[in-house]
Amino acid sequence: MRQRLETLFDALLPVLATLAALAVGALMLLILKVNPITAYAALWDGAFGSVNSFAETLVKATPLLLVALGICISFRGDVINIGGEGQMIVGAVTATWVGLTFTDAPGWLVITLALFAGFLGGALWGGIPGALKARFNVNEILSTVMMNAIAVQLMNFLLRGPMIDPSQAQLASKIPQTARLLDAFHLARLVPTRLHLGALIAVILAILVYILLWRTVLGYRIRAVGQSPFASRYAGIKTPQYMALALLLSGAFAGLAGAIQVYGVNYRMITDGSASGFTGAAGFNGIVAALFGQLHPLWSIPASILFGALLVGANKMQRVVQIPSALITVMNGLVVVFVVSSEIWRRRRQRRRLTQTPEAETPSKQDQPEIGKEARQ
Amino acid sequence: MKKFAWFLTLAAVLAMALSACGAPAATEAPAATEAPITTEAAATEAPATEAAPAEPFRVAVVMPSAINDLAFSQSMYDALMRIQEEMGGPEAFEVVYSENMFVVDDAAAAIRDYASQGYDLVIAHGSQYGSSLQEIAPDFPETSFAWGTTADTFGQPNIFAYEAASQEGGYVNGVLAATLSTSGVIGVVGPIEVGDAKLYVDGFKAGVAATKPDAVVNVNYIGSFSDVALASEAATTHISAGADVLTGTAQMVVGAIGKAEESGALWFGTQSNQTSLAPSIVVASQVYHWEVALHEMLALIEAGTLGGQSFKANLANGGEVIEFNPDYALPDDAKAQADAAIQGIIDGTITIALP
Amino acid sequence: MISELLSATVLIGILASGIRLATPYLYAAIGETFGQKSGVLNLGVEGQMLLGSFAAFYVAFNTGSLWLGLLAAILVGAAMGLAMAYVTVNLRAQQGISGIGFYLFGLGMSELLFQILMGTVETAQGFPKVYIPGLSDIPGIGEIFFSQNVLVYGAFLLVPLSSFVLNKTTLGLKIRAVGENPDAADSLGVSVARIRYFTIILGGALSGIAGASLSIALLNVFQQNMTSGLGFIAVALVYFGGWKPLGVLWGALLFSMVNSLQLWIQVLGIPIPSDIAVMMPYVLTILVLIASVSRVRSPSALSKPFERES
Repeated sequence: MRQRLETLFDALLPVLATLAALAVGALMLLILKVNPITAYAALWDGAFGSVNSFAETLVKATPLLLVALGICISFRGDVINIGGEGQMIVGAVTATWVGLTFTDAPGWLVITLALFAGFLGGALWGGIPGALKARFNVNEILSTVMMNAIAVQLMNFLLRGPMIDPSQAQLASKIPQTARLLDAFHLARLVPTRLHLGALIAVILAILVYILLWRTVLGYRIRAVGQSPFASRYAGIKTPQYMALALLLSGAFAGLAGAIQVYGVNYRMITDGSASGFTGAAGFNGIVAALFGQLHPLWSIPASILFGALLVGANKMQRVVQIPSALITVMNGLVVVFVVSSEIWRRRRQRRRLTQTPEAETPSKQDQPEIGKEARQ
Repeated sequence: MKKFAWFLTLAAVLAMALSACGAPAATEAPAATEAPITTEAAATEAPATEAAPAEPFRVAVVMPSAINDLAFSQSMYDALMRIQEEMGGPEAFEVVYSENMFVVDDAAAAIRDYASQGYDLVIAHGSQYGSSLQEIAPDFPETSFAWGTTADTFGQPNIFAYEAASQEGGYVNGVLAATLSTSGVIGVVGPIEVGDAKLYVDGFKAGVAATKPDAVVNVNYIGSFSDVALASEAATTHISAGADVLTGTAQMVVGAIGKAEESGALWFGTQSNQTSLAPSIVVASQVYHWEVALHEMLALIEAGTLGGQSFKANLANGGEVIEFNPDYALPDDAKAQADAAIQGIIDGTITIALP
Repeated sequence: MISELLSATVLIGILASGIRLATPYLYAAIGETFGQKSGVLNLGVEGQMLLGSFAAFYVAFNTGSLWLGLLAAILVGAAMGLAMAYVTVNLRAQQGISGIGFYLFGLGMSELLFQILMGTVETAQGFPKVYIPGLSDIPGIGEIFFSQNVLVYGAFLLVPLSSFVLNKTTLGLKIRAVGENPDAADSLGVSVARIRYFTIILGGALSGIAGASLSIALLNVFQQNMTSGLGFIAVALVYFGGWKPLGVLWGALLFSMVNSLQLWIQVLGIPIPSDIAVMMPYVLTILVLIASVSRVRSPSALSKPFERES
């Protein structure tokens, strides 16, 4: 029983840490002469207050979850993928291209092909840094940062050039956007809100990624490489190849996130010249969501919802109490720092439990790799 | 499977815990959640007929950058503040805003939320918001929306469109730049080759070409709206290439203006008045006075028309004004040339050919 | 037009501007190198730079003293470093992710303070150019190397200085030991925590200076989010440089000069779409790294929290 209580406490830890961060945020609100209760009521209202706001939270959480799934794979394989932004963009571009090209095909076919194209586009953008790492020992943090910047410029180039909306191409103002996807190609909406089929796809994929990582040889090898590159090399696993594969898969999920943003939310691609204008910074925030979910695909589901709720609710709070948007960014930062710091309690108890019952079964969460540790090559 | 069941239970508990800690907060603050609903009821019938002085006209604006960016977003915020002052303060003309809404999807959520709170006019101040607006507007037939900068109302009865003929001010700046340049080389720093920035730059080039056909206009798009360092380096590059007059558009040019000042090159601003940044070298700024278009919209809303028309801010209607820097000693003949260009554009004798 | 690229004006322009643009990267990336050498990955550099940048501008603007501004940037950066050190050393939090948290905090806080304290974009007089007597008169070379402001010189002096500290001093030895094998270092009586506190705070202070080099030396203005991803490039350059200050220097120069080259390509009207030109520094950085096929190994304990075996 006690152990169950402790497990519960562990599960709630991110929530408690978030509340602590919001308490610090309350102080800042007071300094800005805003009533924190009014503000946080608005935050709650914006995230969970009605069917519509909860749907918005889920819409926000969907790309976070998809990116987070990829992050679970790559970080477990000991590769740090901070190229989610670029991978989302390229996935969205390839998916949009499918939808704009095959306008005569039936909707279900185009959607399937487009999501697959997005998956491939992201895989390409993640696969390049992966291959560079495996073949040339190019550090993936460096290459993914650079690939993000390249993807943004590629998007700008395509959207104001070859892929521009034909109706905009004639106007002097030339808004950099693609044509709108046909209605038949939109992902079905689940309830009369903006919640779309993509959310369901993401949850199903979370289960599949869980199976992949813990029930298949491939997943086992990726995790083995992540946990101990030395030992796995002795066991005959080709370490670099599996790292590249982890990065490729990670990119693929981010690419899918981009494709689903286009087919489920925006119905076209549009750029304001920055990556986050399109991605909503999901490529970064997905990393945070994955770590909130302790790099576990299933835990990433509530973690994404929590973080999505925070983002959606904070925007609502900004509107209701009219604080500078910068304060929202500060509070997001505090939440991330607090949640990641709170992990120490979970780890401490885990260690205590292990020392008390040495033969205790190893729950799946305990075999996290030392994230980001470089392979010795 | 057992583990997954555990996981589901925990997720449920988590949700319950969340609602438990949220519930008291929500009840303690009825002001935040209920206030919009009451006004929504009032707003649906208010704008057209009553115009009761007790009910303020409520405007919400969603902007891609900060209200004090000294560029695009600030031009709209300043205009709304001027109108607010004319109308007698926030009691008569309430303005709320969401700034830095560069995430298109977040902006859509904001627009929808403001509309559902019963704001009389919701302004989507960014061409990238059009797509979202097209979907949202039909759901709120009683709310008036405005979208800029564009001429497209999507044929919907409750969307106003507004745009600036930024090529006109660009042209006048170009005429002045060509007149004042002694080296015959002029530099332009832009963000991305689209939209308002492209219009301005194209107009500027046309103005230079019409005045001094052999002058060279070097254009540099730095691929970002925020990279102040690269904008500054772009300005330095122009100066090294011989430019003695510079211009640029969007919020990152604040870095370029400093470089122009350091080397004594002249600067022409656009979107907002940039004189304060370098009083010695800013010759003139094209400033958007969105209140001209906004006044017309407000009058129409008052009369019961919620949209369907598009407005242009240009030199003729005062929506665009060339604001000269009083501290810069502009030679009389140059001023005369600029005035002639302004007059020519207004009465139609000058037409600006855009590529 | 291509031939114009080879003219003296353009080459001098590219070199001089490459050196200016490299300045913030050098401070930030060398600070990050110290951190990583001791086993700490800090992704929050961008946030530290932004806060440092604002602090320097605000203090210099109001007191009129650039040196006080610089001091403010150092203190603010160091304070951010201190917080990061507490979170990663004492609380043993995952480093990459806490860095992202600190990035968001710095991004938001610098904007918030800017809006509350200043409200509008202002310009200030920054550190003036210092012409090294004699040397600055050499044609070309003088303009490139000896006509820069004091923070640019500082950045380049930092390279040999940090190289020396890391490789030739006991402190450097301890830093490397803590990053390679914290257990061994610990058993030899080196305090892992103290060394990591030192490197993270130093890294923060240097990031602060990097920010100041923008707001009160190179650009003389503060605008929201004005680093615009520069801090992340700085982190990438640490990998490019293979954890060596000299390598970081080459990386920073390469990246900056290619960036300057693409500006010239556009200015000279060479018909390449602007977006494609802007891509160049990013693509080339990757390509050069591939060509050099570095076999440098990262510090073994990088991003591993240290816990004493008990």
